[in-house]
Amino acid sequence: MAEFTMPSLGADMDEGTLSQWLVHPGDRVARGDVIAVVETAKSAIEVECFENGTVDTLLVDEGTTVPVGTPLARIGTTAESEPTADRPPSTPLVRRLAQDRHVDLAAVHGSGPGGRITRADVEHAEPESARAPEHDTTVGPSEPTHTGIRRQPATKPARRKRSRSGAEAQSAPTARPPRPVRSDDSTGERQAPQRVRSSPLARRLATELGVDIAEVTGTGQGGTVRAKDVRSAAAAEGAAQTAVPNVAQAATARLMSRSKREIPHFYLSTTVDMAAALKWMHARNRELPLSARLVPAALLFKAVALAARKVPELNGHWVDDGFVPAEDVRLGVAVSLRGGGLAAPALAHADALSVAEMMAALKDLVARTRGGRLRASETADPSLTVTNLGDQGVEAVFGVIYPPQVALVGLGRIVERPVAVNGLLGVRPVVTATLSADHRAADGATGARLLTTMDKLLQQPEEL
Amino acid sequence: MNHDQAKAFVRQAVQRVVPDADFTGLDPGVSLRDTFELDSLDFLEFVEALAELSGTELTEDDYPVLDTWDGCAARLVAEASTSTQGRSG
Repeated sequence: MAEFTMPSLGADMDEGTLSQWLVHPGDRVARGDVIAVVETAKSAIEVECFENGTVDTLLVDEGTTVPVGTPLARIGTTAESEPTADRPPSTPLVRRLAQDRHVDLAAVHGSGPGGRITRADVEHAEPESARAPEHDTTVGPSEPTHTGIRRQPATKPARRKRSRSGAEAQSAPTARPPRPVRSDDSTGERQAPQRVRSSPLARRLATELGVDIAEVTGTGQGGTVRAKDVRSAAAAEGAAQTAVPNVAQAATARLMSRSKREIPHFYLSTTVDMAAALKWMHARNRELPLSARLVPAALLFKAVALAARKVPELNGHWVDDGFVPAEDVRLGVAVSLRGGGLAAPALAHADALSVAEMMAALKDLVARTRGGRLRASETADPSLTVTNLGDQGVEAVFGVIYPPQVALVGLGRIVERPVAVNGLLGVRPVVTATLSADHRAADGATGARLLTTMDKLLQQPEEL
Repeated sequence: MNHDQAKAFVRQAVQRVVPDADFTGLDPGVSLRDTFELDSLDFLEFVEALAELSGTELTEDDYPVLDTWDGCAARLVAEASTSTQGRSG
């Protein structure tokens, strides 16, 4: 029996609120399935499971705040429950379809390769008449139809809908219209009780801000009122004339203070000629459809990720008075939240992504960070972070390292400057790349290697 | 497409990226990127939406004129009149 515990979703997280369960006892889960949504000070994060098995017991109710490491659920691992091999081969999509249609997969004949059950098999199968209750939470090992795959269409924010937290809504010229209550009935997952469901953080905030929680439109599961709903409501009402305590900002503040207290920073800076990289990018963009067009950040981030791989002394973490190099490059991307505060989710294997993949991943990550829907695996342990302030119009940024990382690369705006090349003066686009590094882990020469490697890579953009 | 229709497309495109963007009293000559705090990814999304809504093909070379409300509208109108002339000729 394995325990599923409240994960640490960042160096600054001490506790989290279990805001939504996406599985029930008896559900089969596989490693990597999103099984719960946890609300941290910064955002709601989808948490994946690390075991294959069956959910045995949910130990914590929705809306409960618990310290990191607290057991949230018990999961019977595959070895203890029904062996996977005995199950008819199928895919998560098929299992979900079967569940929706009340089809017992064990009784379905698979027509796919190797007896695999296909979508069509399920569609043609007879529903299981005996399964009268919509959600049998005492599913035994002989009923392999339940899985814990991302069943949350109703609560997933629309791709283009940017959620903004209170502080900004307050300063915006018009208040954001209240969000519609999302009905979760369509998913049939859980019945929303009549009383107002809310998270403890939301209730505390409501008290602090003088907001009547019964009046707040909840955007959580079954209309659960979450902290950000309260902040939005407070801002919309104009109830809070004084500064709204911004939880995300407070979390950033704690982490940054710790960084400056503990890490002896040193800073390096170099100017990178972007002419070759931009020329290559413009040529690519002429051939690409709008939706796949690149922005310079994609090239720059890729160069940083490759440089991090080539200078492993700066790609990792400072743990217990020693540097532990990371196994791969998890590039943290500092994303400013529109309501203030920062989040730095990670792009896994960033060095292995093509520039096009980097671009797609970046768009997706930024949208979901601001939409407040990240996965736990994306928030955990970036090995090096990059911050890009180019869009804010400044030429250089000397950032604060995110502990326990040991380095942070800062990128400014791409500007045209007179540059001497081979004895001739020309006007070229340049960007100032900086490095903030932990002097306990590295010295100036190592840091210089990272920046010059990045520079060299950007001179041959076709190799990126 | 006239100038006012084009301006409506611009407003809709910005609102796809920033749903609560308020155009009331907005000076048509100011930078949309600055006004609505669009970063480079937001801007790309905006151009994508604008191209789709107006049926206009927009290239990277157009980005500089797409900075303001009026600039965007003028660009869309110019494209529409060119293609109309093309068809009639």
